[in-house]
Amino acid sequence: MNAKLALPAADVSAWLAAQSGKDLLRFLTCGSVDDGKSTLIGRLLYESHMVLEDQLEALASDSRRLGTQGAELDFALLVDGLTAEREQGITIDVAYRFFATERRKYIVADTPGHEQYTRNMVTGASTADLAIILIDARKGVLTQTRRHSYLVSLLGIRRIVLAVNKMDLVGYAAQVFEDVERGYREFAARIGLSDIVAIPVSALRGDNVIEPGDSMPWYRGPTLLQHLETVPIGDEVDAQPFRMPVQWVNRPHQDFRGFAGLIVGGSVRPGDCLRALPSGFTSRVARIVTADGDLQQAVAGQSVTLTLEDEIDISRGDLLAAAEAAAGVSDKFESTIVWMSDEPMLPGRPYLLKCGTRTVTAAVAQLKYKLNVNTLEELAARQLELNEIGLVNLNLDQPLAFDPYTRNRDTGGFILIDRINNNTVGAGMLQAALRPAQNVHWQVLDVGRGNRSVQKNQKACVLWFTGLSGAGKSTIANLVETRLFGMGRHTYLLDGDNIRHGLNRDLGFTDADRVENIRRVGEVARLMSDAGLIVLVSFISPFRSERQLARSLLAPGEFFEIYVDTPLAVAEARDPKGLYQKARAGKIRNFTGIDSPYEPPENPEIHIDAARLSAEQAAEQVIGQLRIAGVIDRDWVFIP
Amino acid sequence: MSKLSQLSRLEAESIHILREVVAECERPVLLYSIGKDSSVMLHLALKAFFPAKPPFPLLHVDTTWKFRQMIEFRDLTARRLGMDLIVHINPDGVAMGINPFVHGSALHTDIMKTQALRQALDRYGFDAAFGGARRDEEKSRAKERVVSIRSAQHRWDPKRQRPELWRLYNTRKAKGESLRVFPLSNWTELDIWQYIHQEDIPIVPLYFAADRPVVERDGALILVDDERLPLQPGERPQLRKVRFRTLGCYPLTGAIESSADSLAAIIQEMLAARTSERQGRVIDRDGAAAMEKKKQEGYF
Repeated sequence: MNAKLALPAADVSAWLAAQSGKDLLRFLTCGSVDDGKSTLIGRLLYESHMVLEDQLEALASDSRRLGTQGAELDFALLVDGLTAEREQGITIDVAYRFFATERRKYIVADTPGHEQYTRNMVTGASTADLAIILIDARKGVLTQTRRHSYLVSLLGIRRIVLAVNKMDLVGYAAQVFEDVERGYREFAARIGLSDIVAIPVSALRGDNVIEPGDSMPWYRGPTLLQHLETVPIGDEVDAQPFRMPVQWVNRPHQDFRGFAGLIVGGSVRPGDCLRALPSGFTSRVARIVTADGDLQQAVAGQSVTLTLEDEIDISRGDLLAAAEAAAGVSDKFESTIVWMSDEPMLPGRPYLLKCGTRTVTAAVAQLKYKLNVNTLEELAARQLELNEIGLVNLNLDQPLAFDPYTRNRDTGGFILIDRINNNTVGAGMLQAALRPAQNVHWQVLDVGRGNRSVQKNQKACVLWFTGLSGAGKSTIANLVETRLFGMGRHTYLLDGDNIRHGLNRDLGFTDADRVENIRRVGEVARLMSDAGLIVLVSFISPFRSERQLARSLLAPGEFFEIYVDTPLAVAEARDPKGLYQKARAGKIRNFTGIDSPYEPPENPEIHIDAARLSAEQAAEQVIGQLRIAGVIDRDWVFIP
Repeated sequence: MSKLSQLSRLEAESIHILREVVAECERPVLLYSIGKDSSVMLHLALKAFFPAKPPFPLLHVDTTWKFRQMIEFRDLTARRLGMDLIVHINPDGVAMGINPFVHGSALHTDIMKTQALRQALDRYGFDAAFGGARRDEEKSRAKERVVSIRSAQHRWDPKRQRPELWRLYNTRKAKGESLRVFPLSNWTELDIWQYIHQEDIPIVPLYFAADRPVVERDGALILVDDERLPLQPGERPQLRKVRFRTLGCYPLTGAIESSADSLAAIIQEMLAARTSERQGRVIDRDGAAAMEKKKQEGYF
């Protein structure tokens, strides 16, 4: 039964020598619930001796207690991991399994087929060389089959095995297999998948998994394992031009400066000319340093340390690339993103983007469409929800060296990280630069903000008042402006309600619109402070990340977040505009504090306890703290 | 150019993980448990930062019940490599006189290992700890991330684990939170042995078969490592040719009868093995989801 798998050899030294040539195939299994994925993987592990006696005993007892196969071993129980999901009877996360044959070691990403778990499938697919798509022979190509195939193609997997499972339940009929295969190939061609090997199997009975068995004499192709053993493994990256993201600069002493990283494309030899990106400096490789001695050549997949002939400024986050075939550099991209967080992706909201070893800030400038992955239909959208996929334009705050994802996964794939809770909230694939960054220059102006501030005898800054509706923001901001004006300062007050009547009258109160609202106000505030003004902004601005965005537009020390802290009950009791009453009555939706969240500042520059202070006292507190911060200096008092 | 072998790929991946975490974290530490996996991890760390020394110390959480040969090997290794070694013993546990024979394996492990590890991480302010766990060891580990985030209370929350794509690891965390990092996630037990063989990595002699005094207890062979092992009525230590597949606290680690006294022999035995390595650990037998529960409480 298991003749071809890793078995003890009499001569261990010979066996070990043979092992040194063994290579690695990573594959992904995807299928709908009950297609028999876990059973298939369980069988591969079992028959390749990866299941040991004590595990087998546990399996036998589990099979009796939890299994669905009566008295027989239920292989699915071998791979269903966490307690909760074992009880639910479905796998709900990505699990990695290992088995080996004489030829290869295999890492299997086992991902769930459940509709809402796109996130897990994309995760598993990101490192896989090949995908096994399971289809229940009785059911044929389902919506989920199409979804999985699309995701597999999106993540750049080209090699597909179509495992038509449960052949035992259709009487091992050739016709059923052929119909399923034809249906699948028609669909697959539309999404650019052509390297497909279809195999009829019964994971439960073992037919065509390892050995052919005698149930399907009409099938003459390889068994699943025979195919896995011989399929060529992704040499695509070897053929790419040299790429190595710099992870760490190794400086043990004055005379050594090495750049450590994992090679993600091509190969390198001493003497090769490399270009550091985004800076563009070039130099030649002096040495390829490893603990086992210097190398004459290093290839994709190896972790090395390079030294260069010239002293050029390179640090973590830079990309070393073949000088004659360097990567592109840009700060604006078209990209596909897959959203992985319960909180929606909002255009305009800044996220951290990590690509290779570089982390920058990025925001979606435009969500062009989201995709219905079942029908491949493009739909208009204002935001992306969990497990949704969209095509976007991205703006970065710094240039990034990249290759299109289809050419190189490592220099074209990225993750997005929430700046507040640090979760990985999205993954993306860069497609093209919208414009090369090297052509972008800020218009350099002769009169700068410094000159304008000095002319006005003040320090330009933004005072950002945030708090619930009815907290007293506008009243306090008004008093502060009056005080500053009386002191001869040049000010301007941007008020939420007033701006919504004009500049932002096209925006509503959805989360996406609120983000855009604040982005525009932040930009206006920055322009005004550039003009040398002290800008007061009075906006509810409920989300931390947008206030953070506004802050990031200004230099440190020029942004003052002023939290007008009034308990909801107090603000609601005041209700100066009668809005809370309407919100409670359901006449206004998405009202902050009622059915839309307010995220209080964590470290505001100024925190006003507005329930205890009068508006005048609060304004006095702000003036006092601006003095301490040096915004208002006695020496600067305007003398007419 | 011939293709990279799977061991070379695993090595490169582990080195990548070690470097990535060192570059992005403030105070990493390598949890050195003296076993074969730790030895491989340490070897990889030496390679990752060559010609510099790994820029982090080794931490050993000592339960005071480790095999004597482990302690000797630990001190010798740190000295040989010139690495900083921090040894932490839970002083509360010592004060309470925690003893696996009296208090049982569960309480002993909790106080001398789980609690002790948290104490040490807090005391030295480590924000990332490298551990030698592998996904093939046990079912609940198969879904563990390479970089796993723990709350300020060191708890593991399955819902907060982040998706890991490509070679991109998210090491960001809030103040007080810390990371557990598993550079050997994708290695199997067989890979570990092959790599030790290929790289000639020193390991504790207890892995090799020798005549050792043992007693048989609940089906496990327990080494009489020192005078603290209380003999039960009728129990007499016997000299048997044994070795260990896994090393921990001697009262909780069963030996196997074996004549494998070389790496080649160990590997040969492994290939023919009919028992998985964690089975030697007494703590794993407390119920089906024991490991998962321990992990949530902060056990590595």
